[in-house]
Amino acid sequence: MNNIIGLIFISIGLLFDFFGCLGLVRLPDVYNRLQAATKSVTLGTCSILLGTFIITGFNAAGLKSLLCILFLLLTAPVAAHAVARGAHRAGIKLCEGSVVDKYAEDKEGEI
Amino acid sequence: MKIIKWLIGTVILAVIIITILVRPFAFLFYPDLPFMGFLARGIYILVLACALCLYRILRGPTGADRIVALDIFGIMIVGFCALLTISTGRMWYMEIGIAWALQSFISTLALSKYLEGKDFDE
Repeated sequence: MNNIIGLIFISIGLLFDFFGCLGLVRLPDVYNRLQAATKSVTLGTCSILLGTFIITGFNAAGLKSLLCILFLLLTAPVAAHAVARGAHRAGIKLCEGSVVDKYAEDKEGEI
Repeated sequence: MKIIKWLIGTVILAVIIITILVRPFAFLFYPDLPFMGFLARGIYILVLACALCLYRILRGPTGADRIVALDIFGIMIVGFCALLTISTGRMWYMEIGIAWALQSFISTLALSKYLEGKDFDE
Protein backbone atom coordinates (compact mmCIF):
# COMPACT_ATOMS: atom_id res chain seq x y z
CA MET A 1 0.00 0.00 0.00
CA ASN A 2 2.83 2.38 0.84
CA ASN A 3 4.45 1.57 -2.49
CA ILE A 4 1.30 2.47 -4.43
CA ILE A 5 0.83 5.82 -2.64
CA GLY A 6 4.49 6.67 -3.12
CA LEU A 7 4.39 5.80 -6.82
CA ILE A 8 1.31 8.04 -7.27
CA PHE A 9 3.21 10.95 -5.68
CA ILE A 10 6.25 10.22 -7.86
CA SER A 11 4.19 10.18 -11.06
CA ILE A 12 2.57 13.53 -10.17
CA GLY A 13 6.03 14.97 -9.60
CA LEU A 14 7.32 13.64 -12.91
CA LEU A 15 4.42 15.28 -14.75
CA PHE A 16 5.10 18.63 -13.04
CA ASP A 17 8.82 18.41 -13.89
CA PHE A 18 8.19 17.64 -17.54
CA PHE A 19 5.65 20.46 -18.02
CA GLY A 20 7.95 22.92 -16.27
CA CYS A 21 10.76 22.12 -18.67
CA LEU A 22 8.35 22.36 -21.61
CA GLY A 23 7.49 25.88 -20.42
CA LEU A 24 11.21 26.63 -20.17
CA VAL A 25 11.55 25.85 -23.87
CA ARG A 26 8.31 27.32 -25.25
CA LEU A 27 7.77 30.66 -23.48
CA PRO A 28 9.07 33.88 -25.06
CA ASP A 29 10.84 35.78 -22.26
CA VAL A 30 13.28 35.38 -19.38
CA TYR A 31 10.70 36.33 -16.76
CA ASN A 32 8.01 34.08 -18.23
CA ARG A 33 10.43 31.17 -18.30
CA LEU A 34 11.43 31.82 -14.70
CA GLN A 35 7.79 32.06 -13.65
CA ALA A 36 6.82 28.84 -15.40
CA ALA A 37 9.84 26.73 -14.62
CA THR A 38 10.81 27.50 -11.03
CA LYS A 39 7.44 26.98 -9.37
CA SER A 40 6.38 23.83 -11.15
CA VAL A 41 9.80 22.16 -11.02
CA THR A 42 10.17 22.92 -7.31
CA LEU A 43 6.73 21.45 -6.59
CA GLY A 44 7.43 18.41 -8.74
CA THR A 45 10.76 17.67 -7.10
CA CYS A 46 9.22 18.06 -3.64
CA SER A 47 6.51 15.58 -4.66
CA ILE A 48 9.15 13.09 -5.84
CA LEU A 49 11.01 13.44 -2.52
CA LEU A 50 7.76 12.95 -0.57
CA GLY A 51 7.12 9.77 -2.54
CA THR A 52 10.63 8.61 -1.68
CA PHE A 53 9.93 9.26 2.00
CA ILE A 54 6.66 7.32 1.86
CA ILE A 55 8.27 4.32 0.14
CA THR A 56 11.42 4.05 2.24
CA GLY A 57 9.87 4.98 5.61
CA PHE A 58 11.73 6.35 8.61
CA ASN A 59 15.11 5.41 7.28
CA ALA A 60 18.35 7.28 6.66
CA ALA A 61 17.25 8.10 3.11
CA GLY A 62 13.69 9.00 4.14
CA LEU A 63 14.73 11.52 6.78
CA LYS A 64 17.28 13.01 4.38
CA SER A 65 14.57 13.42 1.75
CA LEU A 66 12.36 15.27 4.28
CA LEU A 67 15.31 17.56 5.04
CA CYS A 68 15.81 18.08 1.32
CA ILE A 69 12.11 19.08 0.88
CA LEU A 70 12.50 21.74 3.60
CA PHE A 71 15.72 23.01 2.05
CA LEU A 72 14.28 23.23 -1.49
CA LEU A 73 11.14 25.04 -0.31
CA LEU A 74 13.33 27.59 1.50
CA THR A 75 15.96 28.21 -1.17
CA ALA A 76 14.27 27.94 -4.59
CA PRO A 77 12.17 31.17 -4.30
CA VAL A 78 15.24 33.06 -3.04
CA ALA A 79 17.30 31.94 -6.03
CA ALA A 80 14.50 32.77 -8.48
CA HIS A 81 14.02 36.24 -6.98
CA ALA A 82 17.75 36.94 -7.15
CA VAL A 83 17.92 35.89 -10.80
CA ALA A 84 14.89 38.03 -11.73
CA ARG A 85 16.30 41.08 -9.94
CA GLY A 86 19.69 40.64 -11.58
CA ALA A 87 18.15 40.23 -15.02
CA HIS A 88 16.03 43.35 -14.62
CA ARG A 89 18.97 45.40 -13.41
CA ALA A 90 21.17 44.11 -16.23
CA GLY A 91 18.72 45.70 -18.67
CA ILE A 92 17.10 42.69 -20.30
CA LYS A 93 13.92 43.77 -22.06
CA LEU A 94 10.50 42.30 -21.46
CA CYS A 95 8.78 40.56 -24.36
CA GLU A 96 6.64 42.60 -26.75
CA GLY A 97 3.19 41.65 -25.57
CA SER A 98 3.81 42.49 -21.93
CA VAL A 99 1.53 45.09 -20.38
CA VAL A 100 2.91 46.37 -17.09
CA ASP A 101 6.36 46.76 -15.52
CA LYS A 102 5.99 47.83 -11.90
CA TYR A 103 9.65 47.43 -11.01
CA ALA A 104 10.81 50.00 -13.59
CA GLU A 105 8.13 52.46 -12.33
CA ASP A 106 9.39 52.04 -8.78
CA LYS A 107 12.96 52.66 -9.86
CA GLU A 108 11.91 55.84 -11.70
CA GLY A 109 10.12 57.04 -8.59
CA GLU A 110 13.23 56.54 -6.47
CA ILE A 111 15.46 58.61 -8.72
CA MET B 1 6.27 26.75 -43.97
CA LYS B 2 5.11 27.00 -40.37
CA ILE B 3 2.87 23.94 -40.81
CA ILE B 4 5.87 21.87 -41.94
CA LYS B 5 7.83 22.93 -38.85
CA TRP B 6 4.90 22.01 -36.60
CA LEU B 7 4.57 18.62 -38.29
CA ILE B 8 8.29 17.85 -37.90
CA GLY B 9 8.19 18.84 -34.21
CA THR B 10 5.08 16.76 -33.57
CA VAL B 11 6.60 13.69 -35.23
CA ILE B 12 9.83 14.02 -33.20
CA LEU B 13 7.89 14.42 -29.93
CA ALA B 14 5.67 11.44 -30.75
CA VAL B 15 8.70 9.25 -31.49
CA ILE B 16 10.35 10.28 -28.20
CA ILE B 17 7.19 9.65 -26.15
CA ILE B 18 6.59 6.26 -27.80
CA THR B 19 10.23 5.36 -27.14
CA ILE B 20 9.76 6.23 -23.46
CA LEU B 21 6.49 4.38 -23.01
CA VAL B 22 7.20 1.24 -25.01
CA ARG B 23 11.01 1.02 -24.73
CA PRO B 24 11.71 -0.93 -27.90
CA PHE B 25 15.49 -0.63 -27.62
CA ALA B 26 15.91 -1.23 -23.91
CA PHE B 27 17.17 -4.78 -24.32
CA LEU B 28 20.23 -3.46 -26.15
CA PHE B 29 21.43 -1.40 -23.20
CA TYR B 30 20.05 -3.27 -20.20
CA PRO B 31 19.79 -7.04 -20.69
CA ASP B 32 18.22 -7.39 -17.25
CA LEU B 33 16.78 -4.22 -15.75
CA PRO B 34 17.70 -4.03 -12.05
CA PHE B 35 14.70 -1.93 -11.01
CA MET B 36 10.96 -1.79 -11.47
CA GLY B 37 9.56 -0.92 -14.87
CA PHE B 38 7.69 2.16 -13.68
CA LEU B 39 10.79 3.74 -12.18
CA ALA B 40 12.74 3.06 -15.38
CA ARG B 41 10.11 5.01 -17.35
CA GLY B 42 10.26 7.78 -14.76
CA ILE B 43 14.02 8.06 -15.13
CA TYR B 44 13.56 8.28 -18.91
CA ILE B 45 11.05 11.13 -18.49
CA LEU B 46 13.50 13.02 -16.24
CA VAL B 47 16.28 12.52 -18.81
CA LEU B 48 13.98 13.99 -21.48
CA ALA B 49 13.26 17.03 -19.26
CA CYS B 50 17.00 17.48 -18.66
CA ALA B 51 17.51 17.40 -22.44
CA LEU B 52 14.99 20.27 -22.79
CA CYS B 53 16.98 22.22 -20.16
CA LEU B 54 20.20 21.57 -22.08
CA TYR B 55 18.54 22.91 -25.24
CA ARG B 56 17.74 26.16 -23.40
CA ILE B 57 21.30 26.36 -22.07
CA LEU B 58 22.72 25.94 -25.58
CA ARG B 59 20.36 28.39 -27.32
CA GLY B 60 19.57 31.03 -24.71
CA PRO B 61 19.52 34.49 -26.28
CA THR B 62 20.80 36.12 -23.08
CA GLY B 63 22.84 35.05 -20.10
CA ALA B 64 19.85 35.06 -17.72
CA ASP B 65 18.20 32.27 -19.70
CA ARG B 66 21.24 30.10 -19.19
CA ILE B 67 21.30 30.84 -15.46
CA VAL B 68 17.61 29.96 -15.09
CA ALA B 69 18.06 26.73 -17.03
CA LEU B 70 21.08 25.80 -14.90
CA ASP B 71 19.07 26.41 -11.71
CA ILE B 72 16.22 24.20 -12.95
CA PHE B 73 18.73 21.55 -14.00
CA GLY B 74 20.20 21.55 -10.51
CA ILE B 75 16.78 21.17 -8.87
CA MET B 76 15.89 18.30 -11.17
CA ILE B 77 19.07 16.35 -10.40
CA VAL B 78 17.91 16.16 -6.75
CA GLY B 79 14.78 14.34 -7.92
CA PHE B 80 16.96 12.12 -10.07
CA CYS B 81 19.00 11.16 -7.01
CA ALA B 82 15.77 10.34 -5.14
CA LEU B 83 14.61 8.03 -7.94
CA LEU B 84 18.01 6.31 -7.94
CA THR B 85 17.71 5.85 -4.16
CA ILE B 86 14.48 3.89 -4.55
CA SER B 87 15.44 1.94 -7.62
CA THR B 88 18.87 0.72 -6.53
CA GLY B 89 18.29 0.58 -2.77
CA ARG B 90 21.52 2.37 -1.91
CA MET B 91 21.02 5.04 0.72
CA TRP B 92 23.96 7.30 -0.11
CA TYR B 93 22.39 8.68 -3.30
CA MET B 94 20.25 10.98 -1.10
CA GLU B 95 23.38 12.57 0.37
CA ILE B 96 24.49 13.40 -3.16
CA GLY B 97 21.09 15.06 -3.61
CA ILE B 98 21.44 17.25 -0.51
CA ALA B 99 24.98 18.30 -1.47
CA TRP B 100 23.87 19.07 -5.01
CA ALA B 101 20.97 21.25 -3.76
CA LEU B 102 23.36 23.29 -1.56
CA GLN B 103 25.89 23.75 -4.34
CA SER B 104 23.23 24.71 -6.89
CA PHE B 105 21.73 27.37 -4.58
CA ILE B 106 25.09 29.00 -3.83
CA SER B 107 26.17 28.98 -7.48
CA THR B 108 22.86 30.49 -8.62
CA LEU B 109 23.19 33.34 -6.11
CA ALA B 110 26.77 34.01 -7.24
CA LEU B 111 25.81 33.97 -10.93
CA SER B 112 22.89 36.37 -10.34
CA LYS B 113 25.20 38.77 -8.51
CA TYR B 114 27.59 38.54 -11.45
CA LEU B 115 24.71 39.27 -13.82
CA GLU B 116 23.74 42.32 -11.81
CA GLY B 117 27.25 43.69 -12.21
CA LYS B 118 27.98 44.45 -8.58
CA ASP B 119 30.28 43.15 -5.87
CA PHE B 120 29.27 40.65 -3.22
CA ASP B 121 29.15 43.29 -0.50
CA GLU B 122 25.84 44.83 -1.48
